Amino acid sequence: MSFIAYLINGISLGSVYAIIALGYTMVYGIAKMLNFAHGDVIMIGCYVVFTTMSGLQFNPLLSVLISVVVCTVLGITIEKVAYKPLRKASPLAVLITAIGVSYLLQNAALLVFGADTKSFSSIITLPALKLADGKLVISSVAVVTVVTCLIIMTGLMLFIKKTKAGRAMLAVSEDKDAAQLMGINVNGTISLTFAIGSGLAAIAGVLLCSAYPTLTPYIGSMPGIKAFTAAVFGGIGSVPGAFIGGILLGIIEVLGRAYISSQLSDAIVFAVLIIVLLVKPTGILGKPIHEKV
Amino acid sequence: MKKAVSMLLIAAMVVSGLTACGSSSKKADDKFYIGGIGPTTGGAAIYGTAVKNAAQIAVDEINEAGGIDGHQIEYKFEDDQHDPEKSVNAYNTLKDWGMQILMGTVTSGPCVAVVDKTGQDNMFQVTPSASSTDVIVNGNVFQICFTDPNQGTASAQYIGDNKLASKVAVIYNSSDVYSSGITDKFLEEAKGQDFEVVATEAFTEDSKTDFSTQLKKAQDAGAEMVFLPIYYTEASVILKQADTMGYAPKFFGCDGLDGILDVENFDTSLAEGVMLLTPFAADAEDEATQDFVKKYKDAYGDTPNQFAADAYDAIYTIKAAIEEAGATPDMNVSDLCDALKEAMPNISIQGLTGGEEGLNWEATGEVIKQPKAVIIEKGAYVGM
Repeated sequence: MSFIAYLINGISLGSVYAIIALGYTMVYGIAKMLNFAHGDVIMIGCYVVFTTMSGLQFNPLLSVLISVVVCTVLGITIEKVAYKPLRKASPLAVLITAIGVSYLLQNAALLVFGADTKSFSSIITLPALKLADGKLVISSVAVVTVVTCLIIMTGLMLFIKKTKAGRAMLAVSEDKDAAQLMGINVNGTISLTFAIGSGLAAIAGVLLCSAYPTLTPYIGSMPGIKAFTAAVFGGIGSVPGAFIGGILLGIIEVLGRAYISSQLSDAIVFAVLIIVLLVKPTGILGKPIHEKV
Repeated sequence: MKKAVSMLLIAAMVVSGLTACGSSSKKADDKFYIGGIGPTTGGAAIYGTAVKNAAQIAVDEINEAGGIDGHQIEYKFEDDQHDPEKSVNAYNTLKDWGMQILMGTVTSGPCVAVVDKTGQDNMFQVTPSASSTDVIVNGNVFQICFTDPNQGTASAQYIGDNKLASKVAVIYNSSDVYSSGITDKFLEEAKGQDFEVVATEAFTEDSKTDFSTQLKKAQDAGAEMVFLPIYYTEASVILKQADTMGYAPKFFGCDGLDGILDVENFDTSLAEGVMLLTPFAADAEDEATQDFVKKYKDAYGDTPNQFAADAYDAIYTIKAAIEEAGATPDMNVSDLCDALKEAMPNISIQGLTGGEEGLNWEATGEVIKQPKAVIIEKGAYVGM
C-alpha cells in the first residue's frame, strides 16, 4: 500500500517536471536552443498570479489568464531582444545569453517583489481524494496537474501535426534555410514557438506553486534544471518524450528517497540519467541524428 | 617632464596620506562604533529585521541613559541576504565606516565566513543567533543563543522529560550545517531518553519542494511527533503537505521555526500546536519583557520574536563586557577585543533570554543558560 502511495507522489511530482519540460523541449526542438530562462519565466508567472489573486482579489481563472498573457509577452520580448540578434552566432553564445536572461529575471523579481518567502494559496480548492480508508491520499493538485499535462501534450502534438503554423515549425526545425526558401517566415515561427513555450510556463508555474506552496525569486531555477534533465531523459525535442521523461524522473526521485536513502535521492536521479544516456544517447524517445554530408 | 611626473606622484601620495588620516580620525569622537550584519531581505529576512530593530532599541536605551561609561554608541546595520559572500562584503563596508565591535551575524552560514575575517582582524564579535559550533573557533566570538549541538540535546531532553511523545520522526536538511548539527546531537541524546526515534529522513537545498515521501515514511513508522530542526520556510511547506495527506502528528522544532507565523499569506491555523525550543516568549509577564515588547510594537508595529530578544541581549552583553573591562573608544580594535574577551567569562546578565539563572559564558564563547519551549496557540507563541 505504501508503494502505491509513493508511486502516486512520484507521478504528481513528475507531472510538474513534465509540464515544465514541455516548454524546454518545444523551444529546443524548433529553435535548437536551450532556453535556460524558462524556469524564471515560470517564476514570473507565479508572481503575477500571486499578485493578482492574493493582492488584487481577482478570480483565480482570470489571474491565470493574465499570467499566461504576461508570460507570452515576456517570452516574445526576451526572444526579440536577447536571442534574435544572435540567430547566426554560435550556440554557445546563445546559451550564455540565456543564462544571463535567467539571472536578469531573478534579480528583477528580487527588486520588484522582494526576497521574502510568500506562501502561495493553491488555486485548486477541491478536496483531496481519499482511497482505502484514507491510507491512499491523492491531492487534487496532482490530479489536475496530470490531466493538464496530458491535455497540453495532446494539444501540442495536434497543433504541430495539423496546423499550418505547426507544420512551419516542423519545417524550421528540420532546416531553417530550406524553410525560408519555401516561403516560411522563420523569425515569425520562432517567435511563435517562444510565445507558446512561455504561455505554457505560466500554467506550469501555477501548478508548481499550487503543489509546493512557497514563492521566492529562485523557485524556477531548481525545478527548471530538473525539468531540463527530464527533457533530455525523454529525448530532447520530442513532446511525448518530455512527458515520459518528467513522470519517470519524478517516480525515480520519490522511490529512491523512499526505499534507498532520502539523502541520496538527487544522486540516484542523475545516476539513472547517466546510465540512460550511455545506453541511448538521444534519450528514451529521441530520434537518432543523422549527420548530413 | 620627469620632474613634473614625480611632483605629481608626491602630490598624490600626500593627498592619499591625508585621506587615510581622515578615515582613522573617526574614532576621535569618543563613541563606540558597533556594526550589525544580518539578512533584512531574502529567505531569512524575518531574523535579520528583528535583530536590526531590537538592537536599535537597546542602543537608543543605552544612549539615552548616558551611554557606556559615558561613551555614546554609534550603530549601523548592513544587509547580507543570508549569503556568505554578501556578508563578508557587508563586514568590509562596516570596517570602512569605523566599526570596532561586531554584533552579528544573524545566521550560521554567513557567520562562519565572517568569523574568519574577524579572527584575522581580532575584532570582538557577539552573535545573537548564529548557533553553529564553527562560529566559536577563534576565541573572539561569543554567542547569545545555544549552539546547535546544545539545541539538539536540549530538544531531546525536553521531549523526554515532558513525555511529549513515545515515537518520534526527524525530518532535516542534510545540506545545512545548522540542521544536520542539531540532528546529530538530537539522535545521540535520544538514545538515553524515554522515546524512540522511528524515522530519520533528510532533504537537501536542491530538493526542498516535495516532502510527501518523508512525511509518508514518518506516518508509516507510526511517529506521533515529527521533530523539525529546520528553518520556517521549508517547515511551512511540510505543515501544508502533512495537512493535505491527512497526517496530524505533533511538531517540535528549534529556533529556526521562529518566524513561521510571519510568512506572507501562510495559513497560520496549520501551525496550531507546533512547539519550538526558544529562549523567549513575548507573552512572558516579567517587567523587562513587557517593556521590551511594548517598545518594539510601538516602534515597528510587530511582536518581537526570539531573534529580537537575542539581539537586545547582545547589545547589553557588549555593554556589560565593556564596563567590566573598563574599555574606552580610543583603544584600537585588537586591544579592545583582547580586553573584552577576558571580561566575558566574568560577566553575567539577566537579559530577556536568560531565564532564572541569567546568561553566562564559557571562555570559548559558548553561552550557559536554561532551555525553554513555547507552543503556538491561536496564532501566537505561548510559554509552556
